[in-house]
Amino acid sequence: MSGQIQNDHSASSAHAIRMRAAGWLQRRHFWDWTEGNQAELDHWLAESPAHMVAYLRAKSVWNRTERLAALRSDHVDHVSAVTPRRRGLFLARAAAVLGFATIFGIAGARYIATTKQTVWQTPVGGRQTVMLGDGSRIELNTDTVLRVASDGRKAWLDRGEAYFRIVHDSNHPFVVAAAGHRVTDLGTEFLVRSETDRLKVTLITGRARIDSVTRNGRERNAVLTPGDIAVADMASLSVKRSSPRKVMNEMSWRQGLLNFDNATLGDVADELNRYNSEKLVITDPKVARMTIDASIPTHGVQALMRVAKNFLGLHVEDRGSAVVISR
Amino acid sequence: MTEISQSSREGAPTHPEDSGRATHEIEAWFIREVLPLEADLMQFLRRSWQNKNDIDDLCQDVYARTFESARRKIPSPARPFVFTIARNLVIDRARREHVVPIEAVADLEALGVALDAPGPERSVIARDELRQLQAAIDRLPPKCREVVVLGRIEGLSGRQIAARLGIAETTVSDHLTAGMYALIDMLLGEQADGGKRS
Repeated sequence: MSGQIQNDHSASSAHAIRMRAAGWLQRRHFWDWTEGNQAELDHWLAESPAHMVAYLRAKSVWNRTERLAALRSDHVDHVSAVTPRRRGLFLARAAAVLGFATIFGIAGARYIATTKQTVWQTPVGGRQTVMLGDGSRIELNTDTVLRVASDGRKAWLDRGEAYFRIVHDSNHPFVVAAAGHRVTDLGTEFLVRSETDRLKVTLITGRARIDSVTRNGRERNAVLTPGDIAVADMASLSVKRSSPRKVMNEMSWRQGLLNFDNATLGDVADELNRYNSEKLVITDPKVARMTIDASIPTHGVQALMRVAKNFLGLHVEDRGSAVVISR
Repeated sequence: MTEISQSSREGAPTHPEDSGRATHEIEAWFIREVLPLEADLMQFLRRSWQNKNDIDDLCQDVYARTFESARRKIPSPARPFVFTIARNLVIDRARREHVVPIEAVADLEALGVALDAPGPERSVIARDELRQLQAAIDRLPPKCREVVVLGRIEGLSGRQIAARLGIAETTVSDHLTAGMYALIDMLLGEQADGGKRS
């Protein structure tokens, strides 16, 4: 817009200063940044309020573009066309599941020994879409491991969270096995999230059945209808009906966003930590109990830091790999 | 933009003010209250000053003066304060350069600058933000856009971008600087979709 402006006091013109500010900003975010660099920047900022406002101007837009991470390319792959990425991991996982299967007696061990599978894995902060041959769609959330049988009708969620939109075939129901429980589609769109000690299933459309075997061998099952959120752990299976808004919030990661209604700062931090290698740490229980409504990009650690600092008036200390929030 | 509001059962704790914190407050205030006025401010300046080459400099001066004043006391509300500074600046500058400013400059109201207009509503920003950002990115020159997308959307470092595209790191750096510069103008000075937010 102003790139062609010839100005007789060019050294101090808005264009030159704004160019410097943009330069500082990109240097700081995309290249190695040392204390020496920071000192140089501080010096430049202190030289003139014009420098300061140009930098703030650049920074405000930079912060806004954080949201662009939501546009991150969503690699769509087809199971039939792609070979497993990590054979080593696959073997390790298969072994783990064999052990698992004998404990729970539910994720068929024989099946694993004889059936070819494809392993899908996302890193922390990653997301991936898998299209199955029949048009069924699976979206893997952050830090997730999912195996899919070669017949495309069975999947094992070994870790993390995935969204399933399954093309129903009553002769060959689609089954997701996770943490010793089993979800069977009855014409369905649903989310499955596997945590260390529990499994959460959110039903969006259609119907699904969840089968679960508790520690003492008792079998339980429930048929879920839209809006149901089922939580299964080693001891119990519970189903709760949720509002459409809550269900939408549960799915918002598919757009790269995390939505919170009246959530505690502790929960928000835990959720963000699933997506980012830079971890938020809140040790003060009073701080962890503060509640906010928020819509934050999954990669929005910086956004939460700003909110904690500017909005909640908290102390925020960035220690590199961890961000400590306190009073 | 992160959309946020507090539904706290406990009030936000307050801190005794020290100078570091005060500076932070001014910066946060400036970003939150002043920069969103840029589209209107630029429109005002363009209508009040004939030499279009001076507009960016004038805008920059308005910001610098606003920021300096805020160091002493943060003015509230920001909008009339910023536009008063802009008007005075235009008049001063016209006097100094012996040019006649467009006559309406003394009358802000006549220029259609509603001094008490509320800022754009937050929820509207949140909804339009992504579309606007994407439109702005799409308007960057191709090579520059590729570099910015790899950096800001895909999250690659400068060095990784250089390796991925097989270009020099200094070239990546130049593209990122130019890309940021253009995005800033598009997102603050003019709206990315060419229209004003409603």
